[in-house]
Amino acid sequence: MPLPRHRPPALRRAPRRGLRRRLAADAGLLLVAAAFATPLVWLVLSSLDAGATLRVRLPKTPTLTNFSAVLTDEITFTPMLNSLLICGGATALTVVCAALAAYPLSRFRSRFARPYLLTILFSTCLPVTAVMVPVYGLFVQVNLIDTRYGTALFLAAAQLPFAIWLMKNFMDGVPRALEEAAWTDGASWPQTLLRVILPLMGPGVGVVAIYTFIMMWGNFFVPFMLLLSPEQLPASVSIFNFFGNYGAIAFGELAAFSILYSTPVVLLYVLISRRLGGGFALGGAVKG
Amino acid sequence: MTAGAAGKAPALPRAARRAPLRTRLLRWSPLAPATVLLLLFLAGPIGYCVFIAFTDTQLTGQASASFVGLANFRRAFGDPAFRNAVVLTLVFTVLSSILGQNTLGLALAGLMRRASRPVRSLTGAMVITAWVLPEIVAGFLLYTFFERRGTLNAVLDWLHLPTQNWLFTLPVMAVSFANVWRGTAFSMLIYSAALSAIPPEVTESAEVDGAGGLRRLWHITLPMIRRSIGTNLMLNTLQTLSVFGLIWAMTRGGPGNRSQTLPVFMYDQAFLKSLIGYGTAVALLLLLVGAVFSVVYLRLMREEV
Repeated sequence: MPLPRHRPPALRRAPRRGLRRRLAADAGLLLVAAAFATPLVWLVLSSLDAGATLRVRLPKTPTLTNFSAVLTDEITFTPMLNSLLICGGATALTVVCAALAAYPLSRFRSRFARPYLLTILFSTCLPVTAVMVPVYGLFVQVNLIDTRYGTALFLAAAQLPFAIWLMKNFMDGVPRALEEAAWTDGASWPQTLLRVILPLMGPGVGVVAIYTFIMMWGNFFVPFMLLLSPEQLPASVSIFNFFGNYGAIAFGELAAFSILYSTPVVLLYVLISRRLGGGFALGGAVKG
Repeated sequence: MTAGAAGKAPALPRAARRAPLRTRLLRWSPLAPATVLLLLFLAGPIGYCVFIAFTDTQLTGQASASFVGLANFRRAFGDPAFRNAVVLTLVFTVLSSILGQNTLGLALAGLMRRASRPVRSLTGAMVITAWVLPEIVAGFLLYTFFERRGTLNAVLDWLHLPTQNWLFTLPVMAVSFANVWRGTAFSMLIYSAALSAIPPEVTESAEVDGAGGLRRLWHITLPMIRRSIGTNLMLNTLQTLSVFGLIWAMTRGGPGNRSQTLPVFMYDQAFLKSLIGYGTAVALLLLLVGAVFSVVYLRLMREEV
C-alpha cells in the first residue's frame, strides 16, 4: 500500500503546524472576545462604582451603594413584578396553547395540517415590529390599551407561532407506542396528552417555556407601545426613567438596574443551554 | 368517537379521511385556542394594517378617517425622509446582518474548531451573553461604548489615535456595530452546528491534495454548508429589519434622521407626528419585505422537508 510511505513526514510536521494554527486561532478569538467583553466589563465595574462614568474604569472602592439605591419599590420591584406578571402570564398562555395545537399537528394527518404548519412557519418570520402600529389602533378601539393582560395577550400571540413549531418538533420525538396503549385502555385525547405525552417530553416543554419567557422578558417595543401608565410598565421600558434628565444620568445605578433586570434571563438561558447541548438544537429547530 | 379507531388513525392518512366529521372535529379541536389567539392578535392586526394604510387616519379624530387609495404610498415614495429610511435600513441590514453577523459568526465558528478549549469557552460565553441580554440593556451598553466620553474613545486616546463623537458622526456605523455585537451569537451557533456536520475525511483529503485554507473554504466548506448560510442570512435579515429598541436606546434615530431606519421612521410618523395612516403604510411595506424574505425562507425549507 502506498499510503503508509507518505504518512510519516506528514505526521512529523502535523503537530508543529497544528500548534501554530491553534495559537493563531486562539489569538483571533481572544481579540474578538475582548471586543465583545468590553461593554460587559463596563456593566459590572460601573455597577460597583459609586462615581461611575461612561468609560470602563476600576472603581476606587467597590461598593454596593448603586444596588441599594435602585432596590426600591418604585425603581426595581414594581417594574420587575410587572415584567413577571406580563411575561409569566403570557408564557403560560403560550405554552398551553402551543402544547394543545402541537398535539393534532404532530399526531394526525389531514389536508390542512401542512398548510397550517407552513403558515405558522411563515408567521414566525414576519417582522412583528411592523404590526405594532395597527395593533395599537386595534387596542385603543377594543379598550385593551394600557392593560397588562392586553399586553400579555399580544405577546403570547406574537410568540405562539415559534412555540408551536418548536413544540411540534419536540412532540414528534415522542414514540407513539405508549399513547396507543393508553388509547386501547380507553383514555381520551386530553388524558393521553396530559398523562402520557407531556410527561415524556417534559424537558422539551421546559425549553419552549423558558425560551418564550426569555424572548418576552427582553421585549421592549410591545410594552413600550401598549402600556402608558408608569405603574404598569415592565423593566424593559421603565429603564428609560434613568434617561429622564438628560446629561445627569446616574450611570452606576443604571448599570446596577441593568444587571438586576438581565440576571433572570441569563440564568434561564444557562439552564436551557445545558439541555440544548453545544450544537444548539434551537438552530436545528429553526431549520425544521 | 371510539378511542380505538383514533389510535389507528395517525399512521394512515386515508383513515383520517374516512373518520366521521364529528371525530375529525374533535380530533382537531386542540388547535382552536392557538388559532383564535393568532387570528385575533396577529392576522387581525395585519388585515387592519392593510385597511388603515389606505386611509388618512390620524391619532386625533379617528372618526373623520376616509379612504384615500394609494395616496399614502405615493406620498411615501415621494418623501425624502422615507427614502432616507429605506437607504438607512439597507445600509444597516447589509452592514450588520449580511457582512457583520454572518461573516463574523462563520469566522468564529471556524476558529473555534481549532482553538484550545478554554479560549473557545471564554469567547463563546462572551458572544452568547451579548446575545442573551435584553435588547434595551444591549442598546444602553453600546451607547456608553460609543458615546463621546465613552470607552471606545478612551481606548483610541490611549493608543494616540484620533477620537470622535461616534454617535454623531457615524450613527449608522455605531448602531450596525451594536447589532453585530448583539446578534452574532445566533450565526455562530448555526455555523458551529453546520461545520461539525461536515465529515472530517472531506477536509482531510482536500488538505492532502494540497488545497490551501482559502481554497478549501471556497470550494469545500462553503458549498457544503450553503443551506445553513441561506437559512442564517434569511433569519438574520428578518431579525435586523425589525430592530427598534437597540436604535431607539442608542440614537433615537438621530442626529436628525441619520440613523432613522424604517421601524423608527414608522414610529416617528405614526406616533410622534400622529399620522397613523401614513405610518401604517410604511409598516405594510416593511411587512411586505418581510413576507418576501419569509417566502424565500419557506422555499429553502421545503427543499429540506
